[in-house]
Amino acid sequence: MASVDHSIEKHVKPYEPSFETMVPTPLVKFLRTCILWQIIRFIVINIKMILVVSKSH
Amino acid sequence: MARVVVMGAGVSGHTAATFAKHWLGKEHEVVVVTPNSNWNWIPSNIWVGVGEMTKEDVVFPLAPVYEKAGIIYKQAKAVSIHPEGKEGSDKPFITIEYTGQGKEGQTEEVTYDYLINATGPKLNFDATPGLGNGQGQIGPYTVSVCTADHAVHANNELRKIFEKAKAGQKQKILIGTGHGMCTCQGAAFEYIFNIEFEARRAGVRDNLEIKWISNEQFLGDFGIGGLHIKRGGYAASSKIFAESLFVERGVDWIVGAAVKKVEEGKVHYELLDGSEGTEEFDFAMLIPPFSGVGLKAYDKAGEDITDKLFAPNGFMKVDANYTPKPYEEWKASDWPRTYQNPDYKNIFAVGIAFAPPHPISKPAKSPNGTPITPAPPRTGMPSGIIGKAVAHSVVDLIKHGPNAKLHEASMAEMGAACVASAGKSLTKGTAAALTVYPVVPDYDKYPGIGRDLDYTFGEIGLAGHWIKHILHYMFIYKAKLKPGWTLIPE
Repeated sequence: MASVDHSIEKHVKPYEPSFETMVPTPLVKFLRTCILWQIIRFIVINIKMILVVSKSH
Repeated sequence: MARVVVMGAGVSGHTAATFAKHWLGKEHEVVVVTPNSNWNWIPSNIWVGVGEMTKEDVVFPLAPVYEKAGIIYKQAKAVSIHPEGKEGSDKPFITIEYTGQGKEGQTEEVTYDYLINATGPKLNFDATPGLGNGQGQIGPYTVSVCTADHAVHANNELRKIFEKAKAGQKQKILIGTGHGMCTCQGAAFEYIFNIEFEARRAGVRDNLEIKWISNEQFLGDFGIGGLHIKRGGYAASSKIFAESLFVERGVDWIVGAAVKKVEEGKVHYELLDGSEGTEEFDFAMLIPPFSGVGLKAYDKAGEDITDKLFAPNGFMKVDANYTPKPYEEWKASDWPRTYQNPDYKNIFAVGIAFAPPHPISKPAKSPNGTPITPAPPRTGMPSGIIGKAVAHSVVDLIKHGPNAKLHEASMAEMGAACVASAGKSLTKGTAAALTVYPVVPDYDKYPGIGRDLDYTFGEIGLAGHWIKHILHYMFIYKAKLKPGWTLIPE
């Protein structure tokens, strides 16, 4: 795992507000722009949005 | 034949006018009065502001669309409402002043049977010294993405910052709200992350310090008191997700701040604890506070009745509960359902033009008495739904008489889908896709978090960006009244 991206953790500073929240792991970051995973999420999000839209009209 | 006059052609006004005409047909008249010649899909202005879209991508001329629909279009600003008519006539009317169509400066009286006020906000830059130019327009020190022209200017200024950063100069970018009572934190949120994304693409991120300043009590409030999302077996606050994104992108933040004054390269602000501070910048986009557009109202005798129709902030009174009460006593039922004016039953107000009963976020003041509270958003999906519901009510009143049941669209009983862009790219872009139900939290029905967790969710990713991009084209298609437009939801 030498290639693990720790670029996000560098923004976290102990005893500052940045230390008190969560930061995404490299896997979460990867999945955000992984085309195959995002096609699935696209379908899921659309279904959820359609449910909210239909409940609101 | 009845005449429906719609003042304003933004999301809610355009929706109300087009559906009213669609349902009323040729037997009745629909008149739109708007000072603008173009329709603007405002959610995409942030992409104009970073150079990813042009002005032409987000606007289109209204005249041919209204001509096709059979809607009478008057490019003019509404000046006053006369709901009782005038001496010698009981017919209610509005006065307008033309801003185009070769009649600039000419005034006219337009009578109506039903009036829909969809005038939207006045961008009140002058509420903060230095944010405005003293004449109602944006001042010289900051930029805005509130209109397409503002966004074009913002991008031009941003390019200069990027050029300096490319040349090795450290630059400071400040994005957020320019007053203690602003709304539209979402637009500023989108703009700051689009700038950050573009800076990385341009290879200048290391020379940019990017900072957020807003009147929210906590990051992720967004003027709706925040929200909770189910994640990993927990109902987690939007504060955590918002802070997470700021840390991930290396964006520092100041919250609970009322910007009090803007100078060249510097803002002065006051925090909720009463302390004051300054923040320097090379480039700043600060959202102005909104107010009503300044319409006046007169009775039959010509006496000023503006206070009767409008709240002190200039927004129109509707069927909300405006009784002042503390935050702990706020109810979902305070929010309007039909948007009908209580005194004049043939007048309605939709979108930003209606006066909300109170904010959605908990009000707060500094020890010096400075209010620092996000104003409630009334834009996007709720604005469209309200416009359509009011059009439906007006059509039923015309077709079935004054006892027709009015259609309801309370923000405390409707949800909203929102997609907040964090970077525009077909393969590397991301956006936060959110739904919230209901928009106004109902703490009696959903104790503690105020919302239904099954219908309130959010996640950030490329899929959200695809959805936002598709919505851009879909809503412009709908607004142009292309085939099947009525099938596209608000």
